[in-house]
Order: sequence, then structure tokens, then C-alpha cells
Amino acid sequence: MLTKRIIACLDVAGGRVVKGVQFQQLRDAGDPAELAAAHSLEGADEIVLLDISATHERRATLIDTVRRTAQRLFIPFVVGGGIRTVEDAAAVFDAGADKVSVNSAAVADPALITRIALRYGSQAVIVALDAKRKDGAVRFEAYIGGGRKATGLDAVAWTREAEDRGAGEILLTSMDRDGTGEGFDCDLTLAVTDAVHIPVIASGGGGDAGTFLDVFRRGKADAALAASIFHFGLHSLGELKQQLRDAGVPVRWPC
Amino acid sequence: MIALVDYRAGNLTSVKKTLTCLGVEVAVTEDPAVVAQAEKIILPGVGHFSATRILEQSGLRGAILRRIERGVPFLGICVGMQVLFESSAEAPGIPGLGLLAGACKPFPANVKSPHVGWNSLDCSDCSLLRGISSGSFVYFTHSYCAPVVEATVARCEYGREFSAAVEKNNVFGVQFHPEKSGSVGQALLANFCRLPC
Repeated sequence: MLTKRIIACLDVAGGRVVKGVQFQQLRDAGDPAELAAAHSLEGADEIVLLDISATHERRATLIDTVRRTAQRLFIPFVVGGGIRTVEDAAAVFDAGADKVSVNSAAVADPALITRIALRYGSQAVIVALDAKRKDGAVRFEAYIGGGRKATGLDAVAWTREAEDRGAGEILLTSMDRDGTGEGFDCDLTLAVTDAVHIPVIASGGGGDAGTFLDVFRRGKADAALAASIFHFGLHSLGELKQQLRDAGVPVRWPC
Repeated sequence: MIALVDYRAGNLTSVKKTLTCLGVEVAVTEDPAVVAQAEKIILPGVGHFSATRILEQSGLRGAILRRIERGVPFLGICVGMQVLFESSAEAPGIPGLGLLAGACKPFPANVKSPHVGWNSLDCSDCSLLRGISSGSFVYFTHSYCAPVVEATVARCEYGREFSAAVEKNNVFGVQFHPEKSGSVGQALLANFCRLPC
């Protein structure tokens, strides 16, 4: 049976893992390669490395960090942040990534999704989307530039377009819940999982096992991603998977 | 020496890294002459079934088939396994290697496609899966799947039952990505590397 994936995310700035709350107040959380290897041993099903400073500081993704991290991993490895061209993606693939995640650049130039998919296959292209509730209602707007800039795009409509253009998966982050541990935005997740026919990774708000259970059951997420709860040892990945298994969620166990 | 065939169907970095970690000598090559000397051949692939045309045009197809005929162990990964079959709905009219009967098909419409993530194997006794038990999880990412045939040694279920691994004499194939499947995948690649040449 296909399992629900638990994905550990490393937000990287200046070659170090950092984590903020609602995209701000960054704290240092360690070396990317070391943390990725540790998470993999604990049972992470996939690792995402996001260069969160790349877009607004206009820096290239940290190829050296990607290479060092890939060297330690034998599970799927995704890299995002600052990927604007097929050449940017190629550099990340050459350094050992299995998939790239594109966000701001895909909004500015949606054909980028197709260009990367044609060269590396759709399975290698994740479209990441930072979404925020509009006026507290069950409508969501897509943001770019690390959550700094509203696009005016309806988040659900944008994921549909991303799928049509060749995205293999959607990485959907709730800006309202990011870093809070209060639970994923299941309304947002469900709106997107119902709209597209490709896997959706829910992100933002992961806390205890109940929050993951909720996003798998109510949000119909295919995978759930979290960062800070794993880095700071608030929850162990192994315990989380054990609790999900006890609740009847199919997970990869033992790892 | 293992020839890791580069036919420009995506990314070989992970497969090469995993084999290197197992202490195996690997040559990444698009040269039929190198394939003709190889003790083992791995055909990776995360691309499109139509990449088989590149095998034809480059002369790799003939080189691979001749080595297989001489008993050289061959492992196809993902699309590299699908090309062992006769054809695929992904690329109508383009023939596969035809070493196994049957055609690859898309998943039924009631499940999401691509099939992405960790799914469990239902394994039979065979040399490729030695030490790997039924229920082990491996990582898949694909939109088309191969039928269950006589050569099937591991099945997987997603929308329908399909071949997760095949084995026929010296010809092996896996639909999943052993290089991305943690310790289970490393054990499988080690089994392949240990096969007598």
C-alpha cells in the first residue's frame, strides 16, 4: 500500500539550517548535511532543502551544501529556493538533487515548469506555493519572494495551472500556520488535493501526531512536511510514525 | 566494471553515488564500445519511454542486446525496466527491447498519477531480492507500469497490481528506485553487484 510520506524540511540560509515563525525570527538549527542524515536515520521519507534567502537576496542556490547533503542521503532529496532557469535546475540536479522545487520564478514565468519537466521529467518538478487566507475566509492567495509579496493569484487556480504545465507534485505551505505547530490548514490542503490529480505535500503548522493525522484524513494530503518540530527535538520522527501507524495511517515502518 | 548507460533520460548522479558507496567500479557511458566490454550493465531512467529511440540511434540497443545474449547481468531501473517489455502506451509505435512480453500502461483514473512515494513489495524467492522480505518499502515515481508476467519476482499494488521487479535468467529490472530506497535499495544493488559475471 502506498504510504503517507513524512518529509523533513531544512530551511537553509548562508549554508546553515534556520527556522522562523511565520517566515520571520530566524533561529540557527545546525549543519544541513548532518541534520539531513540524522533525519533520514530517524525515519524521514524524504528531505527537502529550501534556500530561503536565495530569492530575495538574488543568490544562486548553495550548490556546495546540496552536494554535501546529497552525499549522505539514500532517500529522495528535493532542493528549492532561487531556481529561476533550467540551468539553475541543472546545477542542482548535477549536485545530487532528485527533484527541484520552484516557486517565485514559476509564477513569473509558468513555462519554466514545462521546460524543466521536458528535460528531467515531471516527477522531478515540484511547484511550491506559499498561500495565505484572504480576510480570514476560505479563499487563499499565492505569495512569492519567501512570503513577502502577494501575487493576486488564487492559490487553488494556480496549482491547477501548475499541474497542466507539467508539475509532478505540489508543495503547499500555509503562511498562516507556518512554524506555529498548531496544525496544518486542512481547508487549504483539501481545496488543493480536490483540485489536482498529482500528489500534494502539506506544509506549515505541523505539531503533534494529531496534526499530521488531521491533514492526512481531513486534508487528504499525500505527504506532510515539517521542519522546526524535528530539528529542535520537539518530536521525534520515529515516535510520530509509530503514533500514525497506531492510528491506522499507512507509513513506512520500520525504515 | 559496471557500465551505467547514459542515454540522456535524466539524472544518473544518485545511481552512480550509491554504486560507488558499495565499492563498485562504475563507468558512466554513452559509448556502445564501452558497453561491449562491460561485466554488468545498468540502464537507469527517470525519463520517457521514447528514450528507447536514443538507444537505437546511438547503437546502444544492439550493444546491450549482444551483451545480454552472452549472459552479462543487466539491470533496468524505472523506465530502464519498462523498456525490457515490448511497448508502452507512453510512446505508441516505439518498440521496447522486447525481452519480456507485454505492454506498459498508465494507472487507472481513480488514483493519482504519477505514483509517487514509498510502497510495499510482495516478493518471491529470487537472486535479486535475496534478504529482502515481502512488506519491505521502496520508493517509486512513475506514471506508467508494467504488467505482472512470468518473470515478475515482486508485485506492487497501486490502482492495479503491477510488476515492481522482474528477473529472467541474467535480465533484471526494478520499477522503483533502489538508489533512493534506503537500506532496502542498497541491499538490492549489492545483490546485483555480487552476481557472478
